[in-house]
Amino acid sequence: MAREGDMQALDPIIGELALQLGDEELFLGHRDSEWLGLAPEVEEDVAFASMAQDEVRHAAFWYELAEASGFGQADALAFDRAATERRHAALCARPNGDWAHTVLRHYVYDAWDAVRLAALAESGGALWAQGARRMLREEHYHHLHMEKWVVDLGRAGGEAAARLRAAFEALLPDLPDLAAFAVDPKALVDLGILSRPLAELRRAFVARMAPTLTKAGLPVQDVEAILLAHPREGARPVAHHEDAAALLATMNGVRSLGAAVW
Amino acid sequence: MTIRSMSEEAVWEALARVPDPELPVVSVIDLGMVKSVSVDHRGARVELIPTFLGCPALGWIADKVRAALAEQGFEAEVAFALGVIWDPSRITPDGIDKLRQMGVAVPAKSDAAPVACPYCGARDTDVESLFGPTPCRAVYYCRACRQPFEAMKP
Repeated sequence: MAREGDMQALDPIIGELALQLGDEELFLGHRDSEWLGLAPEVEEDVAFASMAQDEVRHAAFWYELAEASGFGQADALAFDRAATERRHAALCARPNGDWAHTVLRHYVYDAWDAVRLAALAESGGALWAQGARRMLREEHYHHLHMEKWVVDLGRAGGEAAARLRAAFEALLPDLPDLAAFAVDPKALVDLGILSRPLAELRRAFVARMAPTLTKAGLPVQDVEAILLAHPREGARPVAHHEDAAALLATMNGVRSLGAAVW
Repeated sequence: MTIRSMSEEAVWEALARVPDPELPVVSVIDLGMVKSVSVDHRGARVELIPTFLGCPALGWIADKVRAALAEQGFEAEVAFALGVIWDPSRITPDGIDKLRQMGVAVPAKSDAAPVACPYCGARDTDVESLFGPTPCRAVYYCRACRQPFEAMKP
């Protein structure tokens, strides 16, 4: 098992997946941190700071796995790769937008992440499985938090529901690439890293969101339709890099001064 | 490990003096963060269980463990174990008492009943926010004594 695990760790596809997960968690974690001092309630200021901390540490975990696959030093993987080299789903780097967009984006990401982590938790790679099981416990709180916000905004009606609906329309085109992988998912299944095929994960994703979206008055059938229309059976297309480039410029602003100690 | 050697006992005693940086009344042992201790001719090895992966205190705690063991003459290697997932059921009865005296409740594992208020003991409590001042704590409110309080995340 240990030897098998080592061989898995050295397969470049595995390293690519680790980079994808690292990029997604880092970008979303950075977006979370942008609400610091600006969130609509002080509790949300604390919540988003706390979630940012979780996501960025999860990113570090995945970058450390990529480092173990021979992709270079984890910090350099996090900060020094250009936007064009990133493996994230476009949704993770999108600017926050308004509060409805922020919480709905986080909600759909958390829903997909929970499904993906549950599959990785059954992985044949010991470190992958251990990391995923830990993260599932931590992400659970993010998911509960966002679920409540989505339902509250939807049920509030008026401007809140209208903004939530607008956020839904804006995020919908990003979902097929979110519920996909930067590498061929069939290869991940063959390597034993992913315990279930993509189509099954996507069904679990929709099933997980259906009750919440319905309570919030959002059409879950639109999610099903767009996922069906874009199956993304191989590696998904690379995300447009403008959002990531802007995010990286802000994130690395202090670091690029050169005198910072990490 | 059923019988601890003299030197292992000394390591556990030193660990009992390493506080949590945010809740200094409790030690890493009270919090159930120590997975294992072993001692051989090269020094001591301590395996800690992180409460949350993103806890920014982990590096600080590892440094304090090394320093506390250095005082006892041990060169210590500190590692974080990923295989065990921390939850509040790892907190010792002693740790639960100390935390309650500080106004931090510890929910029982898979407890369907609301967490008891650490000030008045009432269970007429509600989650105010799942996110508190540290990753491992949430903010609650007691309707009986009208006091906000913190609890370890269930």
